[in-house]
Amino acid sequence: MQKKGLLYRIFDLYYDGFRHMRLGKTLWAVILIKLFIIFAILKVFFFPNFIKQHAEKGEEAEFVATQILKQ
Amino acid sequence: MNNLFLNIDAGSIDWARAQFALTAIYHWLFVPLTLGLAVIMGICETCWYRTRNTFWRDTAQFWQKLFGINFAMGVATGIILEFEFGTNWSNYSWFVGDIFGAPLAVEGILAFFMESTFVAVMFFGWKKVSPGFHLASTWLTGLGATISAWWILVANAWMQYPVGCEFNPDTMRNEMVSFLDVALSPFAIDKFCHTVISAWIIGAIFVVAVSCWYLMKNREVKLAKASIRIAAIVGLIASLGAAMTGHKSGQSVAEVQPMKLAAMEALYNGGTDVGLTASAWVNPFCQPDYEKQHAAPFRMEMPYGLSIMATNDPHGYVPGINDILNGYTKPDGTREPSVDEKIARGKIAIEALAAYRAAKKTGDKAAADQCMQELKENMQYFGYGYVKNKKDVVPYIPVNFWAFRIMVGLGCIFILFFAVMSIMAFEIPYLSVITRRLLAAFGILPETKADTHDIAGLPAWHYWAAIALVPLAYIASESGWLVAEFGRQPWTIQDMLPTWVAVSDINGMSVALTFVLFLVLFTLMLAVEISILLKQIKKGPEYTDIEH
Repeated sequence: MQKKGLLYRIFDLYYDGFRHMRLGKTLWAVILIKLFIIFAILKVFFFPNFIKQHAEKGEEAEFVATQILKQ
Repeated sequence: MNNLFLNIDAGSIDWARAQFALTAIYHWLFVPLTLGLAVIMGICETCWYRTRNTFWRDTAQFWQKLFGINFAMGVATGIILEFEFGTNWSNYSWFVGDIFGAPLAVEGILAFFMESTFVAVMFFGWKKVSPGFHLASTWLTGLGATISAWWILVANAWMQYPVGCEFNPDTMRNEMVSFLDVALSPFAIDKFCHTVISAWIIGAIFVVAVSCWYLMKNREVKLAKASIRIAAIVGLIASLGAAMTGHKSGQSVAEVQPMKLAAMEALYNGGTDVGLTASAWVNPFCQPDYEKQHAAPFRMEMPYGLSIMATNDPHGYVPGINDILNGYTKPDGTREPSVDEKIARGKIAIEALAAYRAAKKTGDKAAADQCMQELKENMQYFGYGYVKNKKDVVPYIPVNFWAFRIMVGLGCIFILFFAVMSIMAFEIPYLSVITRRLLAAFGILPETKADTHDIAGLPAWHYWAAIALVPLAYIASESGWLVAEFGRQPWTIQDMLPTWVAVSDINGMSVALTFVLFLVLFTLMLAVEISILLKQIKKGPEYTDIEH
């Protein structure tokens, strides 16, 4: 009876689904590589938060005001 | 490009814009196919649900597989745009933060929970859940993607028509005062309808193209014919719908971004009873001399067309570029200020903002209140204060003019194509015969096929022609975005923040480096997707019953 519970059925859906994937394995590999490149390489090394880098916490508005009003 | 005289390194503006455009264009390769295929696989599965014929289940599963490949390749590519906001467009990100954040957060939550839940049921649940629940999951997967698109388009529409917000000079941010005004802005609704419906065209053309490839190879004939029927009718409805929503979108643009409309039409001098430009010579490589020319050379027009498109009235007034630059009187008698007047008021707003912040620092409340009043009175022209030359508010006309024509021209071809496909695929009495004989008379269909109803067995070039529509559909869709985004230059937020103020004070070379990096990365990823997709198409569907 317990095996037919909602939680078990949800778990079974994902577990069985992932276990029997064929094309899905390739797609997941591509997704994971892509996420790694996006978050571990691009975000860390190439896309810092410009305002956080240049302004103290709480001073962001002042920094942006300086940037905008200096022009 | 127009702003080389400004203090900020102009290179960083151009590279940041190019990088954003590259990422957005790449992301948009996946989104419309996701939205379009969702409709077609939903219809296929509904056919299975109603008939319980396993052929329809196999057909639905095949298109779901291709949907899954496209979905997997497109997922997370949009996140890079948010990184670019934080790094390259930091002034902009801060300036709009509260407004932009809400729709994007809703989109993120919806995309994650709704799409990921129902996608899992759709792919893993065929033998696990009831047919009804599975069918609902398939449609909800498509609905989730469509709702995600809604919120992204709300954010985009706000930049083109900023409503429901108030600028706070203390925080230097626009703050949302009405969520409903932002979420249900008429500009957002028009944009959503036009964008999503045009995405269905791409889905339909993709399905027709894959089916035609099977017919050319004389395999999966039953699946191909059935899919063409569904795609033809979806494509016809969508292409007609795109024309209607495009008209509504055009009216929104005429109302809130008249400069964009004037650039799309290369309309240098406006007036009443304005014709729609059918053809004209606009040099694609340089900005025309709109101040000296009365109209674009060799201009041929459809009488009253633009007035009808913009105002629903053949005698309606449509301002041209010079009218907008020099100011004009609207049909209701109110006067639209010239750009020079707007520049003057923008400068007052900027000075008031600086004075307000200085007064706050010194604790001079009376001065701060007076500056605040001045700022509020002139805030709608804030961005103009940064414009040095009124010509800077004219977008690059050739891109707008040609991209608009490519989009509309291809849209008309799609209507014709789907109309013919629908008539032929559904074998509509009389119409089918007349169409086939007409096509045969023009040499498009072989004489031998003129009186038969079989869409299979045609010469290969017919199928190649259908396959060639896939890149054309993407070109039409991306052209639409080019019109939307190039047409609003130089504004990141209409009238409020020009690109050269929105951009971060960063070295152009570092942005150039990531641009090249993205170009290589995106090309590789696209090559991987196309190769996986083609491999699965070549492999074909997996049938439950062998006779298919």
